[in-house]
Amino acid sequence: MANQAQAVSGSAADMPQKRPRSHELNALLGLVGIALIFELLGWIFQGQSFLFNTQRLSIMILQVSVVGIIAIGVTQVIITGGIDLSSGSVVGATAMIAMSFAQVSTYPRAVYPELTDLPVIVPILVGLACGIVAGMINGLLIAFTKIPPFIATLGMMVTARGIAKWYTRGQPVSFPTDSFAALGQGMTPVFVFLAIALLFHIALKYTVYGKHTYAIGSNEQAARMSGINVERHLVLVYTIAGLLAGLAGMVIAARGLTAQAGMGIMYELDAIAMAVIGGVSLSGGRGSIVGTLIGAVIFGVIISGFTFLRLDAYYQEMIKGVIIVAAVVADMYRQRMRPQSR
Amino acid sequence: MAGEERNVILRTEGLTKHYGGVHALEDADFELLEGEHVAIVGDNGAGKSTFVRQITGVERPTAGKILFEGREMEFHSPVDAREAGIEAVFQNLALADDLDVPSNIFLGREETYFNLGPFSFLNEKKMLQRSQEALEKTGVKIPNLHNSIANMSGGQRQCVAISRAASFASKLILMDEPTAALGVQETTQVENIIRGLKERGIPLILVSHNLRQVFNLVDKIWVFRRGRIAGMLEADKTDGNEVVSLITGVQSGVHENASYI
Ligand SMILES: Nc1ncnc2c1ncn2[C@@H]1O[C@H](COP(=O)(O)OP(=O)(O)OP(=O)(O)O)[C@@H](O)[C@H]1O
Ligand SMILES: [Mg+2]
Repeated sequence: MANQAQAVSGSAADMPQKRPRSHELNALLGLVGIALIFELLGWIFQGQSFLFNTQRLSIMILQVSVVGIIAIGVTQVIITGGIDLSSGSVVGATAMIAMSFAQVSTYPRAVYPELTDLPVIVPILVGLACGIVAGMINGLLIAFTKIPPFIATLGMMVTARGIAKWYTRGQPVSFPTDSFAALGQGMTPVFVFLAIALLFHIALKYTVYGKHTYAIGSNEQAARMSGINVERHLVLVYTIAGLLAGLAGMVIAARGLTAQAGMGIMYELDAIAMAVIGGVSLSGGRGSIVGTLIGAVIFGVIISGFTFLRLDAYYQEMIKGVIIVAAVVADMYRQRMRPQSR
Repeated sequence: MAGEERNVILRTEGLTKHYGGVHALEDADFELLEGEHVAIVGDNGAGKSTFVRQITGVERPTAGKILFEGREMEFHSPVDAREAGIEAVFQNLALADDLDVPSNIFLGREETYFNLGPFSFLNEKKMLQRSQEALEKTGVKIPNLHNSIANMSGGQRQCVAISRAASFASKLILMDEPTAALGVQETTQVENIIRGLKERGIPLILVSHNLRQVFNLVDKIWVFRRGRIAGMLEADKTDGNEVVSLITGVQSGVHENASYI
């Protein structure tokens, strides 16, 4: 081993080395592999192509997009070394509350009969506010009471679901105005997802916000000693995650033209799975929006592939569980493969 | 010595820190002159790191005063101390493993293009260039600055931390056991960086357990024992035995047959 002409020890880490293959590239290769397997299985068992079917693909992309919006927020939370289990319930609560401000006057049983036909900005602001409040409560609890994120967001998960059910005593909220419904029609959810992804890709990669998010997940103590206001930053990150869950809730409600208290159940786990499949490390400090984007598509391809193969829905649930655990195991394996520096 | 009057750069009066019932630092009166390099020595748990944390704004003292350049200071965070010109290398390296060298050097004070609060865009180019300069100035060579810190040796990591402090420190630098985990070569390099600081006239407080190093590098030795300042010795007017007897609290006079070093 050639010593690099320096006083510092000549360990292998001194050598200018090629960067290891990125998790994003690995995930992309995985995506291609999985898609090809389904293509092959399609021809064997269904006698048709899996990939070359625009209808199937567009349904898949739509499904991925809604949960993907949540996954963008969850990715940032996980990079700080935290977790957000409340997003699915925040989706439910936001869908109900936002929808109640978006109803048409021609519907006789509106939640607020005197508040119908409101301009679309009202329910959107209400929905975003719901998400922000939920996320901010998570963030404040985690940053200032030092409750583990798992527990704090578990509490929010139960509470927000309770609010969703209590809000109309379990009755669905339907008949939105056309302008609110437009939020979920056609390919709008996909565009919303991609716009959000691009926005936070830039924020994480090119701004101080991103640098501090990674720093906190890497070494919270170091971040604090370097003068980063860790508490304020965590509140910001969890608030953004809540806001995005709220946005997803509105998109789902608009798409289905109805809001129900049970909406978004288990979405938090799907979102976490997308992030982890895409290389976001549950131990914090590593991951990217691009990775989560690829993870989301992988997740969508697997679910849509199993539907395509007419796999029983029960099996699909079980396999989802296996995928999540497998992604986490893969992450832990990568952890152990990291060079130990100390 | 000649009667040259040197300004006091840092003085503490009755500096005290209690953690609940633990009296980690008790009534410390400390003084550091302009351009002076001093060491703080003492057994484990003597309160050395606690002292460093009060001076650098990491913690707030329970009681007592910190006077920096003659003015009483109240540091609410490390940022306040840094803005006053005080930098530190902490005992538990304050580095973010998953970030690269420039990100670590500029952690918490990133260079940006324009101010958009937390969403200000990073000027990575400037940070890289300034990091290279900082490392050059301290004589540290790290082949690939874009490697994450996790992929570097302990010595390289320590050098990054020291370069960070050395390049930003304008008035005072504190190092808490900077060579504790290092090999011979890395230790030499760190000591060279410290000598460079002396030449630049930047005052230093060095916490160390290594008496040989202390005698080689500093002007004065402050001895801490069980949270209190046990005494101050001038490096060229004392010897290891006297320092050790102050550290252990064993009466001076036994030091002729002391075998601690
Ligand atoms: N955050 C804390 N909470 C409670 N006790 C603390 C805390 N930090 C330090 N102490 C206690 O204060 C005392 C002084 O600790 P300090 O870390 O300052 O010692 P030190 O001189 O730096 O020792 P070492 O040489 O081992 O680094 C110890 O008894 C320690 O247990
Ligand atoms: Mg210490």
